[in-house]
Amino acid sequence: MENGFHQIWVYLSTTPLLGLTVTLVAYQAGMWIYIRANLHPLLNPVLIAVVVLVGLLVVTGTDYRTYFDGAQFVHFMLGPATVALAVPLYQQFQKVRKSFVMILVAILAGSTTAALSAIGVAWVLGSSQETLLSLAPKSVTAPIAMGIAEATGGVPSLTAVLVILTGILGAVLGTWTLNALKIKDWRARGLAMGTASHGIGTARALQVNDVAGAFASLAMGLNGLATAVMLPLILGLIF
Amino acid sequence: MTLGFITVLLVCQLLGEVISKGLGLPLPGPVVGMAILFISLVLKGGLPDGLRETANGLLKHLSLLFVPAGVGVMMHMHLLRDEWQAISAALLVSTILTIAVTALVMVGLGRLLKSEDGGEA
Repeated sequence: MENGFHQIWVYLSTTPLLGLTVTLVAYQAGMWIYIRANLHPLLNPVLIAVVVLVGLLVVTGTDYRTYFDGAQFVHFMLGPATVALAVPLYQQFQKVRKSFVMILVAILAGSTTAALSAIGVAWVLGSSQETLLSLAPKSVTAPIAMGIAEATGGVPSLTAVLVILTGILGAVLGTWTLNALKIKDWRARGLAMGTASHGIGTARALQVNDVAGAFASLAMGLNGLATAVMLPLILGLIF
Repeated sequence: MTLGFITVLLVCQLLGEVISKGLGLPLPGPVVGMAILFISLVLKGGLPDGLRETANGLLKHLSLLFVPAGVGVMMHMHLLRDEWQAISAALLVSTILTIAVTALVMVGLGRLLKSEDGGEA
Protein backbone atom coordinates (compact mmCIF):
# COMPACT_ATOMS: atom_id res chain seq x y z
CA MET A 1 0.00 0.00 0.00
CA GLU A 2 2.71 2.41 1.08
CA ASN A 3 4.73 1.34 -1.92
CA GLY A 4 1.77 1.80 -4.30
CA PHE A 5 1.18 5.35 -3.09
CA HIS A 6 4.86 6.08 -3.44
CA GLN A 7 4.86 4.89 -7.06
CA ILE A 8 1.87 7.08 -7.92
CA TRP A 9 3.62 10.05 -6.28
CA VAL A 10 6.83 9.39 -8.21
CA TYR A 11 4.83 9.26 -11.44
CA LEU A 12 2.72 12.38 -10.72
CA SER A 13 5.64 14.46 -9.49
CA THR A 14 7.25 14.17 -12.94
CA THR A 15 4.19 15.37 -14.91
CA PRO A 16 3.13 19.01 -15.29
CA LEU A 17 -0.44 18.05 -14.30
CA LEU A 18 0.25 18.13 -10.58
CA GLY A 19 1.88 21.59 -10.46
CA LEU A 20 -0.89 23.09 -12.57
CA THR A 21 -3.68 21.49 -10.55
CA VAL A 22 -2.36 22.42 -7.09
CA THR A 23 -1.91 26.03 -8.31
CA LEU A 24 -5.57 26.28 -9.32
CA VAL A 25 -6.78 24.50 -6.17
CA ALA A 26 -4.66 26.68 -3.84
CA TYR A 27 -5.79 29.90 -5.55
CA GLN A 28 -9.46 28.93 -5.38
CA ALA A 29 -9.09 27.97 -1.72
CA GLY A 30 -7.58 31.45 -1.19
CA MET A 31 -10.49 33.07 -3.06
CA TRP A 32 -12.98 31.05 -0.99
CA ILE A 33 -11.46 32.32 2.28
CA TYR A 34 -11.17 35.91 0.95
CA ILE A 35 -14.85 36.00 -0.09
CA ARG A 36 -16.00 34.41 3.20
CA ALA A 37 -14.04 37.15 5.02
CA ASN A 38 -15.94 39.91 3.15
CA LEU A 39 -12.90 40.72 0.98
CA HIS A 40 -10.74 41.67 3.96
CA PRO A 41 -7.39 42.89 2.55
CA LEU A 42 -5.33 40.93 5.10
CA LEU A 43 -6.72 37.66 3.70
CA ASN A 44 -5.39 38.26 0.19
CA PRO A 45 -6.07 35.17 -1.98
CA VAL A 46 -2.69 35.28 -3.77
CA LEU A 47 -0.82 35.50 -0.48
CA ILE A 48 -2.82 32.55 0.89
CA ALA A 49 -2.12 30.53 -2.28
CA VAL A 50 1.62 31.32 -2.18
CA VAL A 51 1.92 30.40 1.51
CA VAL A 52 -0.01 27.13 0.98
CA LEU A 53 2.02 26.16 -2.11
CA VAL A 54 5.42 27.00 -0.57
CA GLY A 55 4.41 24.95 2.49
CA LEU A 56 3.35 22.05 0.27
CA LEU A 57 6.60 22.10 -1.73
CA VAL A 58 8.74 22.28 1.41
CA VAL A 59 6.83 19.45 3.16
CA THR A 60 6.96 17.15 0.13
CA GLY A 61 10.58 18.07 -0.65
CA THR A 62 9.66 19.16 -4.17
CA ASP A 63 11.94 21.71 -5.78
CA TYR A 64 10.62 24.89 -7.39
CA ARG A 65 11.74 23.88 -10.91
CA THR A 66 9.62 20.71 -10.81
CA TYR A 67 6.59 22.68 -9.61
CA PHE A 68 7.13 25.38 -12.23
CA ASP A 69 7.15 22.82 -15.07
CA GLY A 70 3.42 22.49 -14.42
CA ALA A 71 2.64 26.01 -13.23
CA GLN A 72 4.30 27.63 -16.25
CA PHE A 73 1.07 27.21 -18.24
CA VAL A 74 -0.59 29.70 -15.88
CA HIS A 75 2.53 31.85 -15.75
CA PHE A 76 2.65 32.18 -19.55
CA MET A 77 -0.71 34.00 -19.59
CA LEU A 78 0.87 36.93 -17.67
CA GLY A 79 2.22 38.40 -20.92
CA PRO A 80 -1.07 38.59 -22.85
CA ALA A 81 -2.85 39.69 -19.64
CA THR A 82 -0.41 42.59 -19.27
CA VAL A 83 -1.17 43.66 -22.86
CA ALA A 84 -4.90 43.34 -22.03
CA LEU A 85 -4.48 45.97 -19.26
CA ALA A 86 -4.57 48.50 -22.14
CA VAL A 87 -8.34 47.89 -22.36
CA PRO A 88 -9.40 49.11 -18.87
CA LEU A 89 -6.76 51.86 -19.18
CA TYR A 90 -8.37 53.04 -22.43
CA GLN A 91 -11.87 52.89 -20.91
CA GLN A 92 -10.83 55.04 -17.93
CA PHE A 93 -8.76 57.37 -20.12
CA GLN A 94 -11.88 58.15 -22.19
CA LYS A 95 -13.62 59.47 -19.06
CA VAL A 96 -10.85 61.78 -17.85
CA ARG A 97 -9.32 63.21 -21.04
CA LYS A 98 -9.83 66.81 -19.89
CA SER A 99 -7.91 66.50 -16.63
CA PHE A 100 -5.37 64.09 -18.08
CA VAL A 101 -2.27 66.30 -17.69
CA MET A 102 -3.07 66.96 -14.03
CA ILE A 103 -3.54 63.23 -13.44
CA LEU A 104 -0.33 62.35 -15.22
CA VAL A 105 1.71 64.82 -13.14
CA ALA A 106 0.21 63.47 -9.88
CA ILE A 107 0.96 59.87 -10.91
CA LEU A 108 4.54 60.71 -11.95
CA ALA A 109 5.08 62.35 -8.55
CA GLY A 110 3.62 59.27 -6.82
CA SER A 111 5.60 56.84 -8.94
CA THR A 112 8.90 58.58 -8.19
CA THR A 113 8.07 58.85 -4.49
CA ALA A 114 7.22 55.13 -4.30
CA ALA A 115 10.51 53.97 -5.83
CA LEU A 116 12.83 56.51 -4.17
CA SER A 117 11.36 56.27 -0.67
CA ALA A 118 11.39 52.45 -0.70
CA ILE A 119 14.98 52.31 -1.95
CA GLY A 120 16.04 55.08 0.45
CA VAL A 121 14.61 53.53 3.63
CA ALA A 122 15.84 50.01 2.80
CA TRP A 123 19.29 51.34 1.86
CA VAL A 124 19.64 53.26 5.14
CA LEU A 125 18.68 50.07 7.01
CA GLY A 126 21.35 48.10 5.18
CA SER A 127 19.48 46.11 2.53
CA SER A 128 21.34 44.22 -0.20
CA GLN A 129 21.30 45.55 -3.75
CA GLU A 130 19.23 42.51 -4.82
CA THR A 131 16.52 43.54 -2.34
CA LEU A 132 16.71 47.24 -3.27
CA LEU A 133 16.18 46.47 -6.97
CA SER A 134 13.33 44.10 -6.16
CA LEU A 135 11.67 46.71 -3.89
CA ALA A 136 11.81 49.57 -6.40
CA PRO A 137 8.74 48.61 -8.54
CA LYS A 138 6.63 47.34 -5.58
CA SER A 139 3.78 49.87 -6.06
CA VAL A 140 3.14 48.69 -9.63
CA THR A 141 0.65 45.97 -10.54
CA ALA A 142 2.37 42.55 -10.22
CA PRO A 143 2.58 41.50 -13.89
CA ILE A 144 4.27 44.77 -14.86
CA ALA A 145 6.34 44.97 -11.66
CA MET A 146 7.82 41.50 -12.26
CA GLY A 147 8.73 42.48 -15.83
CA ILE A 148 10.39 45.66 -14.54
CA ALA A 149 12.30 43.71 -11.87
CA GLU A 150 13.54 41.29 -14.51
CA ALA A 151 14.65 44.14 -16.79
CA THR A 152 16.43 46.08 -14.02
CA GLY A 153 18.26 43.28 -12.19
CA GLY A 154 15.81 42.58 -9.35
CA VAL A 155 14.33 39.22 -8.34
CA PRO A 156 10.87 38.96 -10.02
CA SER A 157 9.43 36.44 -7.54
CA LEU A 158 10.54 38.52 -4.54
CA THR A 159 9.01 41.56 -6.27
CA ALA A 160 5.71 39.64 -6.68
CA VAL A 161 5.50 39.06 -2.93
CA LEU A 162 6.54 42.66 -2.07
CA VAL A 163 3.90 43.95 -4.52
CA ILE A 164 1.18 41.98 -2.74
CA LEU A 165 2.36 43.17 0.70
CA THR A 166 2.37 46.78 -0.56
CA GLY A 167 -1.16 46.33 -1.88
CA ILE A 168 -2.35 45.02 1.48
CA LEU A 169 -0.64 47.88 3.37
CA GLY A 170 -2.19 50.47 1.05
CA ALA A 171 -5.65 48.95 1.38
CA VAL A 172 -5.37 48.85 5.19
CA LEU A 173 -3.70 52.27 5.74
CA GLY A 174 -5.05 54.27 2.76
CA THR A 175 -8.28 55.58 4.29
CA TRP A 176 -6.48 56.52 7.51
CA THR A 177 -3.69 58.38 5.65
CA LEU A 178 -6.09 60.27 3.37
CA ASN A 179 -8.35 61.25 6.27
CA ALA A 180 -5.35 62.46 8.28
CA LEU A 181 -4.42 64.71 5.34
CA LYS A 182 -8.06 65.90 5.05
CA ILE A 183 -8.27 64.88 1.37
CA LYS A 184 -11.97 64.92 0.50
CA ASP A 185 -11.79 64.83 -3.32
CA TRP A 186 -12.73 61.27 -4.43
CA ARG A 187 -10.63 61.63 -7.58
CA ALA A 188 -7.48 62.39 -5.58
CA ARG A 189 -8.25 59.64 -3.06
CA GLY A 190 -8.71 57.04 -5.82
CA LEU A 191 -5.64 58.18 -7.72
CA ALA A 192 -3.52 57.87 -4.57
CA MET A 193 -4.78 54.35 -3.80
CA GLY A 194 -4.21 53.09 -7.36
CA THR A 195 -0.74 54.64 -7.63
CA ALA A 196 0.50 53.41 -4.25
CA SER A 197 -1.12 50.00 -4.10
CA HIS A 198 -2.22 48.91 -7.61
CA GLY A 199 -5.03 46.33 -7.94
CA ILE A 200 -5.48 45.66 -4.23
CA GLY A 201 -5.79 49.39 -3.49
CA THR A 202 -8.12 49.74 -6.47
CA ALA A 203 -10.37 46.95 -5.16
CA ARG A 204 -10.51 48.77 -1.80
CA ALA A 205 -11.27 52.13 -3.49
CA LEU A 206 -14.07 50.51 -5.51
CA GLN A 207 -15.67 49.24 -2.29
CA VAL A 208 -15.78 52.79 -0.93
CA ASN A 209 -16.75 54.98 -3.90
CA ASP A 210 -17.29 54.51 -7.68
CA VAL A 211 -15.38 57.65 -8.72
CA ALA A 212 -12.48 56.71 -6.45
CA GLY A 213 -12.52 53.22 -7.99
CA ALA A 214 -12.38 54.54 -11.56
CA PHE A 215 -9.47 56.87 -10.75
CA ALA A 216 -7.66 54.10 -8.87
CA SER A 217 -7.98 51.80 -11.88
CA LEU A 218 -6.64 54.51 -14.19
CA ALA A 219 -3.77 55.23 -11.80
CA MET A 220 -2.86 51.54 -11.62
CA GLY A 221 -2.47 51.30 -15.41
CA LEU A 222 -0.69 54.63 -15.85
CA ASN A 223 1.64 54.04 -12.92
CA GLY A 224 2.63 50.72 -14.51
CA LEU A 225 3.61 52.50 -17.72
CA ALA A 226 5.22 55.46 -15.92
CA THR A 227 7.33 53.27 -13.62
CA ALA A 228 8.42 50.98 -16.48
CA VAL A 229 9.75 54.01 -18.35
CA MET A 230 11.15 56.05 -15.43
CA LEU A 231 12.58 53.43 -13.09
CA PRO A 232 15.48 52.33 -15.35
CA LEU A 233 16.45 56.02 -15.65
CA ILE A 234 16.20 56.60 -11.87
CA LEU A 235 18.16 53.42 -11.10
CA GLY A 236 20.76 54.43 -13.67
CA LEU A 237 21.35 57.65 -11.71
CA ILE A 238 21.56 55.91 -8.31
CA PHE A 239 23.51 52.70 -8.97
CA MET B 1 -13.10 35.17 -25.60
CA THR B 2 -12.49 35.05 -29.31
CA LEU B 3 -9.49 33.53 -31.02
CA GLY B 4 -9.11 36.64 -33.16
CA PHE B 5 -8.67 39.00 -30.23
CA ILE B 6 -6.41 36.58 -28.33
CA THR B 7 -4.25 36.73 -31.47
CA VAL B 8 -4.35 40.55 -31.34
CA LEU B 9 -3.04 40.46 -27.75
CA LEU B 10 -0.27 38.00 -28.66
CA VAL B 11 0.73 40.02 -31.74
CA CYS B 12 0.97 43.19 -29.57
CA GLN B 13 3.11 41.29 -27.05
CA LEU B 14 5.33 39.90 -29.79
CA LEU B 15 5.76 43.37 -31.34
CA GLY B 16 6.55 44.70 -27.87
CA GLU B 17 9.23 42.05 -27.33
CA VAL B 18 10.75 42.73 -30.76
CA ILE B 19 10.82 46.51 -30.21
CA SER B 20 12.12 46.22 -26.64
CA LYS B 21 14.87 43.69 -27.47
CA GLY B 22 15.63 45.21 -30.89
CA LEU B 23 16.19 48.71 -29.50
CA GLY B 24 17.78 47.40 -26.31
CA LEU B 25 15.18 49.19 -24.15
CA PRO B 26 15.09 48.35 -20.42
CA LEU B 27 11.29 47.88 -20.79
CA PRO B 28 9.40 44.59 -20.44
CA GLY B 29 8.06 43.44 -23.85
CA PRO B 30 4.46 42.99 -22.59
CA VAL B 31 4.46 46.59 -21.27
CA VAL B 32 5.53 47.89 -24.69
CA GLY B 33 2.76 45.65 -26.12
CA MET B 34 0.28 47.27 -23.72
CA ALA B 35 1.39 50.74 -24.87
CA ILE B 36 1.01 49.66 -28.53
CA LEU B 37 -2.54 48.41 -27.91
CA PHE B 38 -3.47 51.52 -25.88
CA ILE B 39 -2.17 53.90 -28.57
CA SER B 40 -3.92 51.87 -31.29
CA LEU B 41 -7.24 52.19 -29.40
CA VAL B 42 -6.79 55.95 -28.96
CA LEU B 43 -5.96 56.37 -32.68
CA LYS B 44 -8.82 54.09 -33.72
CA GLY B 45 -11.15 55.97 -31.36
CA GLY B 46 -13.19 53.00 -30.19
CA LEU B 47 -13.10 49.68 -28.37
CA PRO B 48 -14.39 46.58 -30.21
CA ASP B 49 -16.84 44.56 -28.04
CA GLY B 50 -14.94 41.34 -28.71
CA LEU B 51 -11.68 42.83 -27.49
CA ARG B 52 -13.35 44.15 -24.35
CA GLU B 53 -14.79 40.70 -23.60
CA THR B 54 -11.51 38.91 -24.30
CA ALA B 55 -9.54 41.32 -22.11
CA ASN B 56 -12.07 41.14 -19.28
CA GLY B 57 -12.03 37.34 -19.43
CA LEU B 58 -8.25 37.32 -19.11
CA LEU B 59 -8.12 40.01 -16.41
CA LYS B 60 -10.88 38.48 -14.28
CA HIS B 61 -8.35 36.08 -12.76
CA LEU B 62 -5.27 38.27 -13.21
CA SER B 63 -4.12 37.58 -9.65
CA LEU B 64 -4.07 33.79 -10.30
CA LEU B 65 -1.49 34.40 -13.03
CA PHE B 66 1.23 35.63 -10.68
CA VAL B 67 0.88 32.79 -8.16
CA PRO B 68 3.51 30.55 -9.86
CA ALA B 69 6.08 33.37 -9.88
CA GLY B 70 5.14 34.30 -6.30
CA VAL B 71 5.87 30.75 -5.13
CA GLY B 72 9.39 31.29 -6.48
CA VAL B 73 10.00 33.44 -3.40
CA MET B 74 10.88 30.15 -1.65
CA MET B 75 14.22 30.31 -3.46
CA HIS B 76 14.88 33.73 -1.93
CA MET B 77 13.61 33.16 1.61
CA HIS B 78 17.04 34.15 2.96
CA LEU B 79 16.49 37.73 1.72
CA LEU B 80 13.14 37.99 3.52
CA ARG B 81 14.56 36.34 6.66
CA ASP B 82 17.73 38.45 6.85
CA GLU B 83 16.25 41.77 5.79
CA TRP B 84 12.67 41.69 7.02
CA GLN B 85 13.06 44.77 9.24
CA ALA B 86 14.44 46.92 6.41
CA ILE B 87 11.84 45.57 3.96
CA SER B 88 8.91 46.14 6.36
CA ALA B 89 10.04 49.68 7.15
CA ALA B 90 10.57 50.47 3.46
CA LEU B 91 7.12 49.16 2.48
CA LEU B 92 5.36 50.96 5.33
CA VAL B 93 7.02 54.37 4.87
CA SER B 94 6.91 54.24 1.09
CA THR B 95 3.24 53.22 0.87
CA ILE B 96 2.06 56.03 3.19
CA LEU B 97 4.32 58.61 1.48
CA THR B 98 3.17 57.58 -2.00
CA ILE B 99 -0.51 57.86 -1.04
CA ALA B 100 0.14 61.27 0.54
CA VAL B 101 2.23 62.73 -2.31
CA THR B 102 -0.11 61.54 -5.09
CA ALA B 103 -3.24 62.85 -3.37
CA LEU B 104 -1.66 66.18 -2.35
CA VAL B 105 -0.24 66.85 -5.84
CA MET B 106 -3.62 66.04 -7.42
CA VAL B 107 -5.53 68.32 -5.01
CA GLY B 108 -2.87 71.04 -5.30
CA LEU B 109 -2.92 71.02 -9.11
CA GLY B 110 -6.73 71.04 -9.04
CA ARG B 111 -6.71 74.25 -6.97
CA LEU B 112 -3.98 75.82 -9.08
CA LEU B 113 -5.76 75.17 -12.40
CA LYS B 114 -9.15 76.19 -11.01
CA SER B 115 -7.79 79.51 -9.73
CA GLU B 116 -6.28 80.15 -13.18
CA ASP B 117 -9.66 79.49 -14.79
CA GLY B 118 -11.24 81.88 -12.27
CA GLY B 119 -8.68 84.54 -13.16
CA GLU B 120 -9.49 84.37 -16.84
CA ALA B 121 -13.26 84.51 -16.38
